[in-house]
Amino acid sequence: MIQHLLDGILVGSILSLGAIGLTMAMHMLRFANFAHAELLSIGAYCALVFDGIFAAIYAPLGNAIGPLSLTWALSLAVIISMGVTGGSAILIDRLVFRRVRAKGGELSMVFASFGVAMIVRNLLGLIFGLQAQLYSKDIVFAVVLSRDPFILVKLDQVFSLVAALVIMLILHLILSRTPFGYALRAVAENPSLAQVSGINLNRMITLIWIIGGGLAAAAGIFYGLTNQINPVLGRDLLLPIFAATIVGGIGSIYGAVLGGFLVGIASNVALLILPSGYSPAVPFLIILAVLIARPTGLFGEERA
Amino acid sequence: MPELMSRIALEAKDIVAGYVPELPILQGVSLRAETAKVTVIIGPNGAGKSTLIKAIAGLVPVRSGQVTLAGREITNPAPDKMGALGVAYVPQSDNIFRSLTIRQNLELVLRGAGADRRARLDALFEQFPPLAAKQHEKAGALSGGQRQFLAVAMALAIKPSVILMDEPSAGLAPKAAQEVLEQARALTEQGVSILLVEQNVKLALRMADHCYILADGRNQVDGPAADLARDPVVGQIYMGGKRVTPSETAP
Repeated sequence: MIQHLLDGILVGSILSLGAIGLTMAMHMLRFANFAHAELLSIGAYCALVFDGIFAAIYAPLGNAIGPLSLTWALSLAVIISMGVTGGSAILIDRLVFRRVRAKGGELSMVFASFGVAMIVRNLLGLIFGLQAQLYSKDIVFAVVLSRDPFILVKLDQVFSLVAALVIMLILHLILSRTPFGYALRAVAENPSLAQVSGINLNRMITLIWIIGGGLAAAAGIFYGLTNQINPVLGRDLLLPIFAATIVGGIGSIYGAVLGGFLVGIASNVALLILPSGYSPAVPFLIILAVLIARPTGLFGEERA
Repeated sequence: MPELMSRIALEAKDIVAGYVPELPILQGVSLRAETAKVTVIIGPNGAGKSTLIKAIAGLVPVRSGQVTLAGREITNPAPDKMGALGVAYVPQSDNIFRSLTIRQNLELVLRGAGADRRARLDALFEQFPPLAAKQHEKAGALSGGQRQFLAVAMALAIKPSVILMDEPSAGLAPKAAQEVLEQARALTEQGVSILLVEQNVKLALRMADHCYILADGRNQVDGPAADLARDPVVGQIYMGGKRVTPSETAP
């Protein structure tokens, strides 16, 4: 039980990072962006490329940091990838979503996002191949935290959790202490009032794509660090991220964080009673339960 | 003429506006809001009152006509630029950010104030003591009347020359509604011009200096609020949605 709980928390932190950007974009642009999870894939592959480049330019950067499989090169690549993925999110918006938004409705945007997801997924497969890839081929052993009950944890997982929590803390400080953060929350809560309060919505949309893309990249890299990277990484995380967003309440950034952890924990704890093959259905069941019991989610409110 | 111009804070001339081009809600509405006065727009449901105020604020596209602020044309402004022009808009509902604290709501609208920010925040708290006492509480926890005060404080934060208010008393208890409108009235003493839409006709006519009555997206009657308050025809419009012809209102 404790092992499942721990695994759930570790996965939950990744889902939370992914869900923050999704909830902001969904609320502000009023469409379910099924391409959001592909930003995780873009970030993961981008880090793979920059990791290789940095290590090739300066070999010592390829050394692992302490007991982690994470290298200095990959650490730098994380930062670059967050920026590049944020840029990719803006590019996708400019090339596709903005044009569809100008002419079509919310349903058109949803279908467009499906199309974007397919294109990105297949492009990644075309460029990097369909086989799974790893940031490090070194064997990293899990650490035994306890023998009774038996609890194992990989240090890379601990790093991912701590890094995700630090990123969320930084985001929290920005949201709760700075006028820019207030503006972000204002836009997420009531875009129309935010606009008459002097906030430039187009600029905020751009910033939300950058932040959402950056956080998605971090989520994709942390997932790749503790699992493996393949072109369907985003597709596999799409449903859990949507579940986290819906559980937390669309538009609620803090709800997305909590939703990520809840979905991660529920999916892993469900393995105690469900065969592992059925565990992907758990997020779907969570979505259904929330939509029936509390459609606005835990922290969501009727949209203004 | 120049004296008249200086008395007109905001003017809307022959406004045709609506959410979709084929269905204009406003069909040639005109009004003038005098400097440091309360101008109220009343009319039956569907008259286009809120649409007019939104069209002035840039939230509904003006298809034809002209909006001027102190003689300068501002038709179809970007809503986020209205504050910089000196016009604040207070929506009817959802006019505060519930997830932010009272202080954060005010800091949000003051974020462009630079070094002056702290002084203006203190001045607002001085003007609205109940808000100062609860400044670290979530705005969503405020009562209806206090929310309206916060919305007015947010509008005042940008030091506007004109405040557009859409039914500020909607959903409030009679006492709170009166307090909110009295507060709006008091703002004129600071030189602020108020243009408000109001459903509470009796109260609005008591508080306002000048009144415009709209019906079916058109001007019906306008005049000093005190005169209209005594006019029996005004009551008829609300009772039966009757359109008034000039002969009916002629003295």
